[in-house]
Amino acid sequence: MALLDGTIRGLLLTELVQGMALTLRTMFRPKHTLNYPYEKGPLSPRFRGEHALRRYPNGEERCIACKLCEAVCPAQAITIEAEPRSDGSRRTTRYDIDMTKCIYCGFCQEACPVDAIVEGPNYEFATETREELFYDKDKLLANGERWEPEIAANIEQDLPYR
Amino acid sequence: MPKLTIDGEEIEVPDGLSVLQACELAGVEIPRFCYHERLSIAGNCRMCLVEVKPGPPKPQASCALPAGEGMEVSTNSPMVRKARHGVMEFLLINHPLDCPICDQGGECDLQDQAMAFGHDGSRFAENKRAVGDKYMGPLINTIMTRCIHCTRCVRFSTEVGGVEDMGMVNRGEHAEITTLGKAVSSEMSGNVIDLCPVGALTSKPYSFVARPWELRKTETIDVLDAVGANIRVDARGNEVLRVLPRLNEDVNEEWITDKTRFACDGLRRQRLDRPYVRNAEGKLAPAEWDDAFAAIAKRVKGLDGGKIAALAGDLCDVESMFALKALMGALGSPNLDCRQDGAKLDPTVRASYLFNTGIAGVEEADACLIIGSNPRWEAPLVNARLRKRWLQGSFPVGVVGPRHDLTYSHEYLGAGADTLRDIADGSHAFASVLKNAERPMLILGMGALARPDGAAVLAAARKIAEDTGMVGDGWNGFSVLHTAAARVGGLEIGFVPGAGGLDTNGILDASASGAVDVVYLLGADEVDTKKLGNAFVIYQGHHGDAGAHVADVILPGAAYTEKSGTYVNTEGRVQQGQLAAFPPGDAREDWTILRALSAALDCTLPFDDVAALRKQIREAFPRFVRLDDPEPAAWGEFGMAGTMDSTPFGSPIANFHMTDPISRASETMAKCTQEFLNNQNEATGTDG
Repeated sequence: MALLDGTIRGLLLTELVQGMALTLRTMFRPKHTLNYPYEKGPLSPRFRGEHALRRYPNGEERCIACKLCEAVCPAQAITIEAEPRSDGSRRTTRYDIDMTKCIYCGFCQEACPVDAIVEGPNYEFATETREELFYDKDKLLANGERWEPEIAANIEQDLPYR
Repeated sequence: MPKLTIDGEEIEVPDGLSVLQACELAGVEIPRFCYHERLSIAGNCRMCLVEVKPGPPKPQASCALPAGEGMEVSTNSPMVRKARHGVMEFLLINHPLDCPICDQGGECDLQDQAMAFGHDGSRFAENKRAVGDKYMGPLINTIMTRCIHCTRCVRFSTEVGGVEDMGMVNRGEHAEITTLGKAVSSEMSGNVIDLCPVGALTSKPYSFVARPWELRKTETIDVLDAVGANIRVDARGNEVLRVLPRLNEDVNEEWITDKTRFACDGLRRQRLDRPYVRNAEGKLAPAEWDDAFAAIAKRVKGLDGGKIAALAGDLCDVESMFALKALMGALGSPNLDCRQDGAKLDPTVRASYLFNTGIAGVEEADACLIIGSNPRWEAPLVNARLRKRWLQGSFPVGVVGPRHDLTYSHEYLGAGADTLRDIADGSHAFASVLKNAERPMLILGMGALARPDGAAVLAAARKIAEDTGMVGDGWNGFSVLHTAAARVGGLEIGFVPGAGGLDTNGILDASASGAVDVVYLLGADEVDTKKLGNAFVIYQGHHGDAGAHVADVILPGAAYTEKSGTYVNTEGRVQQGQLAAFPPGDAREDWTILRALSAALDCTLPFDDVAALRKQIREAFPRFVRLDDPEPAAWGEFGMAGTMDSTPFGSPIANFHMTDPISRASETMAKCTQEFLNNQNEATGTDG
């Protein structure tokens, strides 16, 4: 009986038809894949991507060289040197992050008392050479200027939970 | 000996202690801001409140409360905890929350005690007080809004420093610490930075440079004066960033001088970081070690030992002087000297060149004669001891020599040898003051000894010491105050002319006349280098200073923070320094250079590592076994009776802030010179 059943099913191509039916059904369902890089998935406001140094709305840099991020960094990826600026305020003369060392734990932005160093929503910063991943202060400040609207919006959204 | 109960435990304490000190003896920590062991009691921070029975039913300030018989002290009762919370809340009302930009952050008493004893929040919604910053000189940075008015700085500068520059004006919320626009003129002003429990007074050269947790701390010995203060050198990477004092009751208590503290930026400038050899055009050209050694070997090999001479500078460690002495011995030269200023010190009698009372021993003296010395500049820490003794009362001080403000009242007896002669033959009134004292002392400075008639002055001083009973059982009041850290070490190992050898002045004259062909300067910069012109000069040192300018070969050595060296201070105390950072570039530790050079000269010195070298030093001079424990010196015959020149005794130091290659290279010390010596930044009366 089982032999007959199998033979008939084989001759009538039912498995093939069932498979094709699944294919047909799936064609009318919404797609799960994205057309990256033209389409991108949603990100949490707490997403920890590429670092940026922010500025105040008046253009003054936020970082005050307290070195808490440098102290808390578990990968020791941050290097800071500081001295008094000409107006006597405490500022960094050097703020380097070695992005190849960084483990993106986000401790630096947790430690920062002035929300200067943040991990922004950018995750597309692959480079062709290793050296390009040694970020200096200019690069980080440029990142801050580029991503400020997104970073500010993320901080705003996350504020009730902090 | 009152017996009291602290937190349920009974303890017997010596008379005259406060409750706070009694608690400390019992092992209970009492928080405090204004109280400091070495300063008078102010009792104005109110942080040290404890509950005491019997007494009024309120917390009492333990720092100002004498410990009494039968007291029951509780340091952790609900009342005490509430009182501390309250005091801390009041202190933080006007203290800005700017810890992230404060240099004291990470080593702040207020931060620590707010964590331990404070509330977690503030109920103060009103505006905080703001205070304008004050100018206190090139060393002290002020952020006066942070001040909590403990007045430690005022008490330090008035009591220990002996200058009445700092003070508090106004009352209550308007109280401010100020110097009225003046720089603090004490040579020890930097200590207020350590004393300040908050970040109101911070170090100007160190401002915003580093955080305490980044620094590598090395405990070592200071060499910028002959006191041998115990210091801690803080370095990041290979850069020395600051120098802090370390506790040593017998030497520096817990203070250091401004030169010790702030001259460390001189370690980064003017450094010799590679060998140089003078080329055919007469210019110093960079060279390799082998070239430098070859140039020396070409000149020195086959030369008669009598035509070679060596001078050791003021900052040398014992190891390098010992190695150089051994090298000179191997080359057959008796011409070596460690007394750059030509001081007529007698190396054969140890008591004749030591500060025999000991620095702490100054406090036991009851009369003092200062001859040819300005201790305030030559050794501010010794001067602080003299002032400490003077504050206890009945301490007559007489001065023969340059006239200076010594921060304590003293009788000015005369300018030079004539007065000294009068005291020596007993005709001067001060001789009887010394005679009547139980433990008289005299301080003999280099200003009196570094003269052609120095030996006669030494003999006169010995006569005074013997005639007035300064030398006796358990007390030797004859104290020579050196200005160079290497001096006593050099005399102890006999870095002095051998049989028929020339001393400093002899070497200089002989090289000017051509009798000496090769002069080896081991960090010697304070000699008259013009006289060296004709000789082949080998300079081994760390800074491009006077000696390096006339050198034909420069061998780059290590500064005091860059080697593990032994130093002997003015009291004969042997102390060991440690390496805090490595020498820059091609520079090497000094004894290794001499060892390598000896191989190039075919007279290899018999030690390969520092342990073997130290073993040889200890075998030759067993005194060096006793670290931090000066050996008392036996009295003897020294000095040479003769006529003394009546020219006034000078002072060996013309500028306290610049006395050696390191401080001369320091930018901070240059600013101090500008401020204090040239009076460039006088207050106009409109600021401050």
